[in-house]
Amino acid sequence: MPDSSTTPLTTADGVPLKVSLRRAVRRSKLKAVLLVSPLLLFLGVAFVMPIFDMLWRSVDNPEVSATLPRTVSALEEWNGEVIPNEPVFAALVEDLQVGQKERNLGLLSSRLNYEKSGMRSAISRTARRLRTLEPPYREALIEINDIWGELDTWRLIQRESSPYTLSYYLAAMDRQYSPQGEIVKVPDYLQVHATLFWRTFWMSAVITLATLMLGYPIAFLLANLPLRKSNLLMILVLLPFWTSLLVRTTTWIAILQSQGVLNDVMVALGVIADEARWQLIHNKTGTIIAMTHILLPFMILPLYSVMKTIPPSYMHAARSLGGKPFLSFRRVYFPLTIPGIAAGGILVFILSIGYYITPALVGGQSGRFITNYIAYHMQTSLNWGLAAAIASILLLVVVVFYWIFNRLIGVDKVKLG
Amino acid sequence: MTQSLQVEPLVDEAQVVDASFARFINVQKSYDGVELVVKDFNLDIQKGQFVTLLGPSGSGKTTCLMMMAGFETPTHGDILLKGEPINDLPPHKRGIGMVFQNYALFPHMTVAENLAFPLEVRHLSKDDIKQKVQRALAMVRLEEFGDRRPAQLSGGQQQRVALARALVFEPELVLMDEPLGALDKNLREEMQYEIKRIHATLGVTMIYVTHDQTEALTMSDRIAVFNDGVVQQLATPETLYEEPENAFVAYFIGENNRLCGDIVDYQGDTCQVRLDSGDTVIAKPVAVHEVGARTTLSLRPERVSIVVNDDTSFENCFAAQVQEMIYLGDHLRTRLSVCGNDEFILKTPNAEGHVSLRPGQMIKVAWSSSDCRALDA
Repeated sequence: MPDSSTTPLTTADGVPLKVSLRRAVRRSKLKAVLLVSPLLLFLGVAFVMPIFDMLWRSVDNPEVSATLPRTVSALEEWNGEVIPNEPVFAALVEDLQVGQKERNLGLLSSRLNYEKSGMRSAISRTARRLRTLEPPYREALIEINDIWGELDTWRLIQRESSPYTLSYYLAAMDRQYSPQGEIVKVPDYLQVHATLFWRTFWMSAVITLATLMLGYPIAFLLANLPLRKSNLLMILVLLPFWTSLLVRTTTWIAILQSQGVLNDVMVALGVIADEARWQLIHNKTGTIIAMTHILLPFMILPLYSVMKTIPPSYMHAARSLGGKPFLSFRRVYFPLTIPGIAAGGILVFILSIGYYITPALVGGQSGRFITNYIAYHMQTSLNWGLAAAIASILLLVVVVFYWIFNRLIGVDKVKLG
Repeated sequence: MTQSLQVEPLVDEAQVVDASFARFINVQKSYDGVELVVKDFNLDIQKGQFVTLLGPSGSGKTTCLMMMAGFETPTHGDILLKGEPINDLPPHKRGIGMVFQNYALFPHMTVAENLAFPLEVRHLSKDDIKQKVQRALAMVRLEEFGDRRPAQLSGGQQQRVALARALVFEPELVLMDEPLGALDKNLREEMQYEIKRIHATLGVTMIYVTHDQTEALTMSDRIAVFNDGVVQQLATPETLYEEPENAFVAYFIGENNRLCGDIVDYQGDTCQVRLDSGDTVIAKPVAVHEVGARTTLSLRPERVSIVVNDDTSFENCFAAQVQEMIYLGDHLRTRLSVCGNDEFILKTPNAEGHVSLRPGQMIKVAWSSSDCRALDA
């Protein structure tokens, strides 16, 4: 009998077993890859690439180094203590002349204006008078706009000359570089992101808790009712998936607004006075109610898939051993459903912190999420770098939660049926 | 001789109301309001008895057990425990131990925690719990396994833990719902003796549900044979096998040759039956009482003997053709064609000097009229 540790196993015709096995499965492997390749291609183009693009944009900083190359190299020697000398100003004028010709001063001025207000108008005013400008440029530029005579302006240009920057991330966390280059908080009146992040997280937590409270009994019924009834209930649970998200959200507006169904009924019943109608929409309450409803199936289904595997004999056993109904539930049934609670919780929470359309429609000013601010930076302020940084932070939070969940419970527990 | 005759029926006849420990009185159960799953179930169980509810699946035996445990409510009738009706008592107040078909051990608790559960809910002190858990583990010989999870145990070990858990809080009544159904044959026999031993040691009353007749015969003091929601016969294993009262019991317990015919003569302790094949058999009337009634004759395969040299003292002697032989080690099964029945089985022990047969051979078989019971059609 050959010793398997020294002589590798071979097939009958002498080919090593591993080689033979590889050959045998090559065709089926190839077939499998070909079958999924359209999907892989789609995922790559529509999902993976945008994510990397977003991550790239959140640190990408080409404007200063690309538009002002001469100024940047002239500033290399500068100590940052006094206003730079004539050569630096000359280089700036030359850069601006080139930039005006190539029409990319707009990007530069926007970029610098994020960091220091007044930069946009200074650059455009300077650009307009470039043709008539005479040396010495230092005096001439300072005459056009005082900003060129400020130390901070030059420090800013020098700091942002690197092709990568963290300033978008700082802005996303309500931080900025001080003129001295230290990281400081932005003034109170400009602090919006931290509040929105915090609001997004706690409201998502409230929504998750609400879906758990409402979904747990339903999942229990789904798992324990006779088949005919549970099938009907399952259709009711899945019904929202067949209705447009927009319809479901706007229906809540019709129900909850101050002249809406709920308030009218309450006034008609005399529960509330006509002048004191409830404000249930366009605020945090509206966001929580509508999102709890919309995300409920994502809590119910993982819970149901776990509860379905718990045979009724466990509760019977606990009861027959002398456990009162609630105690039996708490000691036996509930612990067995924890994987389902965790799976539903993580699913609802992750979906919730990234939700956009519902808070945008029913959230008003106070019920908005950080995602609505990402959209604002994408569409209105056109600060894509900041939008990308905020989105990347959200992505990081999701990944961290996912990692914790996978360590504690295991991702394979997330099942929808 | 007289004494043993007196002892045997004692179990059956000592149904004095005061002495009965658990009682079903006219219990009926319907799930849908259309069909009765249990029809008029009556059973008295004496303290310390091992009673088995035996029947095919769907016969209502598990429903009866569940009603005793409190998981199902009787649609009609009363269930008494120690003389008190318990119809409205919730399961956790009944103090009945129960072993489930798939053990129902709590998977998130260790073996020791599983055993401690019934003690903790009864607010016993920590020391008491520890001591009782250890004792229960010792009883099922699993002292070393207290820290394991149920999933880390084999099927037989899980079964023992389930048994220990049902007994650890010292209930007076233990219910078992096909507890050995998931075990393989050898383990099942081992566990049968184990359960028997524990029953004898602790003296608890046990109600056991099974569809396995061997299991029922091996373990029980009394067996209630269920079919179609009705108890067909309630008796000791021996009586059940030797003296089945109707065709279902005869057919369900052990093996059984069936011959159908009409009563042509009836004399109290013997009767003559004209079979459909035209032959006449002398039998013992059990469930028939008049001439002209239709009957099924029941005859155990081991009570039929082969006639050598026309020498037999039995009343019934018929020609038979050998159809098939099956070798089963300790005994031989021979399928014969007798009185128009092609499925007539003859069981002969594989003893020295047994007659060797071959298919197609014509032989003669005979049986005593007392072994041939005339039951309902």
